[in-house]
Amino acid sequence: MGYVVIQASGLRKQYGETVALDGVDLHVREGEIFGVLGQSGAGKSTLLRCVNLLERPDAGTVTVAGQDLTALRDRELNRARQRIGMIHQHFALLSSRTVAGNVAFPLEVMGVPRAERRRRVAELLDLVGLGGRAGARPHQLSGGQKQRVGIARALAGNPSVLLSDEATSALDPATTQSILSLLKRLNAELGLTILLITHEMNVVKSVCDSVAIMSSGRIEESGAIADLVRTPGSRLTREIFPLPEPPPPGSVTLTFTGDPGRSLVSEVVRKFDVDVSILGGAIEELAGGAVGRLRVSITGAESQAAVAHLSSAGLLVEVAQ
Amino acid sequence: MTWDEMAPLLWQASGESAVMVAWSTLFTVLFGLPLGVALVVLDRGGLRPMPALKSVLGFLVNSGRSLPFIVLMIAITPFTRLVAGTTVGTAAFVVPLTVGAVPFFARLVETALREVGPDVVQAAQAMGASRLAVVRKVLLPEALPGLVAGLTVTVVALIGYSAMAGTLGGGGLGDLAVRYGYQRFETALMIVTVVLLIVIVQLLQSLGDRVARRLSHK
Repeated sequence: MGYVVIQASGLRKQYGETVALDGVDLHVREGEIFGVLGQSGAGKSTLLRCVNLLERPDAGTVTVAGQDLTALRDRELNRARQRIGMIHQHFALLSSRTVAGNVAFPLEVMGVPRAERRRRVAELLDLVGLGGRAGARPHQLSGGQKQRVGIARALAGNPSVLLSDEATSALDPATTQSILSLLKRLNAELGLTILLITHEMNVVKSVCDSVAIMSSGRIEESGAIADLVRTPGSRLTREIFPLPEPPPPGSVTLTFTGDPGRSLVSEVVRKFDVDVSILGGAIEELAGGAVGRLRVSITGAESQAAVAHLSSAGLLVEVAQ
Repeated sequence: MTWDEMAPLLWQASGESAVMVAWSTLFTVLFGLPLGVALVVLDRGGLRPMPALKSVLGFLVNSGRSLPFIVLMIAITPFTRLVAGTTVGTAAFVVPLTVGAVPFFARLVETALREVGPDVVQAAQAMGASRLAVVRKVLLPEALPGLVAGLTVTVVALIGYSAMAGTLGGGGLGDLAVRYGYQRFETALMIVTVVLLIVIVQLLQSLGDRVARRLSHK
């Protein structure tokens, strides 16, 4: 993970009485897929639109690739925006243009000569798997194909950063997965940094390296997913796993990443004078690897020693009071 | 009147009408299109919000549209003389026709441009398009079917206006209908004139509809 590509500090935005952003800080590192998760109305859309200044924050600064966008004049801002790709929930394609014409749009705006434009458009359409549809009109395409056009268009200026505004929310589950894998592939192959906002945990689970959970204009929790799942009381972990909350008093919740390497539960039962009964659990595939969460009740004379043993074995152990 | 007597009259009058309508259509687009764009761009939430200026333009447009054309035509006679150098003849009537149609067409342009979704405008801005590029490459092309429909309605209205202009010395089919149909009771000529007008308007409207449909990719 490289340096911070997108840095937002102290963002505030208010619409009349409604506070959309209430002091938001965001750090997105080069090459990562960063998800902002929240319900509608949480302010995540405003946050994303503040990153390329489609919305101007009332207070705070936004720096992208080392450039303070909030300090730029119109013309310089337009130039900076050409290096920030954006994809949209409802695709926002121009119905007056063909697929190729849509992808050519940002290149025209940048003043790329015609011959170069043609070459680049063909290349971009191949990249997103739409090589054969250059002459089609947007209304002839399926939702997934439209979003692929949106992605090709967003990549035209060789952006350092891609902003994704609920890009899969209008798509069915299978298409969502194909678009997510495309984003993942572009992230891996081009080293593209992606900042996406979504209300779907599934999107975060399948592609994100880092996440910020937003509600009422504030970021409640943020960090690398691999770190968050090891943090006691993490909201992300609670929301990912289908275990009842709050946990029953006295129950023990174990979170482990990857393969624990040994059968810890049977080991505990053998070593200590305890009974272990399983209350619930699940294993989730996250972008960084599998994470398991198991809720058990440990009873018997040596239950405290057993819990201590699990802790020392590298598991995150949370004992409900 | 026989057909041989009517034909040259109809031919000449149609020519005069066509000249009046063609030139005033040209000038209407020339002035009305930018005015319609301005009404959208300067509005609150537009590309370059200047609500005060927008209100002034809106007021002028509404004023222009609140006058019946025949009143407007008489009221602006001094202006017509200033621009055209005369107030009679086919050429002079291009001035009031244009003045009458510009606000009408500007409102239709405004409506057509407002149909363009805010999401495509914002997408273009996110790609770094300047305001001018957004107008030229997004707003106008996306609204083109609506603009063509608006232009068709405007041309039809101009044909109607041009008939009124005929009664005040502009010539054309309106003039023909008044002089022969009304003053000389030449019923045959009157009927032919009416039929001719209906046919012309029908043809224009279906042509406009067809072009608008061809341009629409929704």
